[in-house]
Amino acid sequence: MTILETRPVIARPEGGSLIEQFELGLDAPICLTWELTYACNLECAHCLSSSGRRDPRELSTEQCKAVIDELQRMQVFYVNIGGGEPTIRPDFWELLDYAVSHDVGVKFSTNGVRLNPERARVLASTDYVDVQISLDGATPEVNDYVRGPGSFDTAITALQNLQDAGFKDAKISVVCTRQNIGQLDEFKAIADQYGATLRLTRLRPSGRGADVWDELHPLPEQQRELYDWLVANGENVLTGDSFFHLSAFGVADGGGALPGLNLCGAGRVVCLIDPIGDVYACPFAIHDNFLAGNVLADGGFETVWQRSELFTELRSPQTSGACTSCAFFDACRGGCMAAKFFTGLPLDGPDPECVRGFGEDALASGDRVLPPQGKDHSKANPTRNQPVMLTLSRRDDALAVQATRPPVSACAENPLAGFTL
Amino acid sequence: MTTTDQMLAEPWDLSPAVALRPEPFGAMAYHFGNRKLTFLKRMQLVDVVRGLSAHPDVRRALQAAGVAEAQWPGYVAALQGLAATDMIRPRATSEAHSVQEGAA
Amino acid sequence: MSIDAPTTEVTAPETDTTVTAESLIEEVSIDGMCGVY
Repeated sequence: MTILETRPVIARPEGGSLIEQFELGLDAPICLTWELTYACNLECAHCLSSSGRRDPRELSTEQCKAVIDELQRMQVFYVNIGGGEPTIRPDFWELLDYAVSHDVGVKFSTNGVRLNPERARVLASTDYVDVQISLDGATPEVNDYVRGPGSFDTAITALQNLQDAGFKDAKISVVCTRQNIGQLDEFKAIADQYGATLRLTRLRPSGRGADVWDELHPLPEQQRELYDWLVANGENVLTGDSFFHLSAFGVADGGGALPGLNLCGAGRVVCLIDPIGDVYACPFAIHDNFLAGNVLADGGFETVWQRSELFTELRSPQTSGACTSCAFFDACRGGCMAAKFFTGLPLDGPDPECVRGFGEDALASGDRVLPPQGKDHSKANPTRNQPVMLTLSRRDDALAVQATRPPVSACAENPLAGFTL
Repeated sequence: MTTTDQMLAEPWDLSPAVALRPEPFGAMAYHFGNRKLTFLKRMQLVDVVRGLSAHPDVRRALQAAGVAEAQWPGYVAALQGLAATDMIRPRATSEAHSVQEGAA
Repeated sequence: MSIDAPTTEVTAPETDTTVTAESLIEEVSIDGMCGVY
């Protein structure tokens, strides 16, 4: 969280590729993610921000507007607003209007809960706003398993409302998991049906994702399936550049790298502002190790972006250790920093899902230490929205606890002796 | 006339929906309407693009930016690339006080 | 130390005569950056 006294001087090569320039950082992010609140009506099993409960230190409406003013001044053209569920902030619509009327385009990421027909009509008539609906299964069974009962219906209803209101080109954002990789064609069909664009993104072991990653992350053969599908169908499919670790597939058989910068943008061209104003390198890296500063405590977002010690370090040439000697390093660049960190792998080693299998080897070696949980804003007590996936794991935990207790005596008088919920 | 020659004689402007943001190595152009993002990788090109509206034709914008004539084909090709994504637009000829009316 | 120290070196004068469109402009997708929702 150190902020440097003065702006670091960066020697830039003349010319050089765009990627080389980006790796050295920019005066402002190209775009960034801004989590408006940790409050959420859902309890998705894999939530990257461990959301559920509002943090009492959340930025106020005025503080949020001050951030927007700074983004305008820095000419950040586009901000991705998420959470938690951003639309359950009472001032969400006010902040949305404020942003788009101050030269900051907005895409907001939502589970759809507040997108009734009236709101959809308002959105359809607002310029510079994009809507992204989260969906992790092409059927209620697959989706609701991780996102909670009724969440599939909520998302589809929102898509329908947007379409009916004439909103053009909403996004459907899917986190690719072991359970939904077989539904890629169906996801595309849903997007086509509602006039939306499909977006596929990578599951990272971040936030609550760390707890479910072993069960949910795609198997090696599924990664191949995903890569092949993107090569064949990906022209109208967005990926947020989140699969550059799969680009090594393309090197071997000439399929080519997937579209995108194939670059880890953390702290260089993107970053995260969290609900209390903390600035992290990336939304998948909400952890003290990747905390650059705070907009309130450190003099504003621009100061943090330009002068934080963490970002300065990320903008210097990175060591990638053993990976640099791999023939496919140019394609994958060592993979995702957050994925490595949260699986306890060293940052200068292979990605846990390295397509050559080096990540699996590293995971199996048993040397890794998982980092302690970062911020956890999960709901204290599960609600009726709790996804079945979490219910099952809790039941397993309860059974495991029960198994360690001594057996109840046959003479126990209390009929509930030994009974655990 | 070649396409390059044609364009050299035409007046062009930055599209109103485009914002130009300086970068250490050039500039970033973002089109709020079609959401295209284009990097201008040389300061000289940025000067040309910024100067388009102030000149009666592309030729004079290139000259004002100090671009050597030998490089004009490359720069015009770049401008055509920008035109293809509506980053720049031909100047409307119906303007009452068009710059080209007073062209030398 | 001055607060507003320059952050980049001044680029050398242009001498290249074979400038191409690719060397001058590059389009990227605003949705194609990793680290965004």
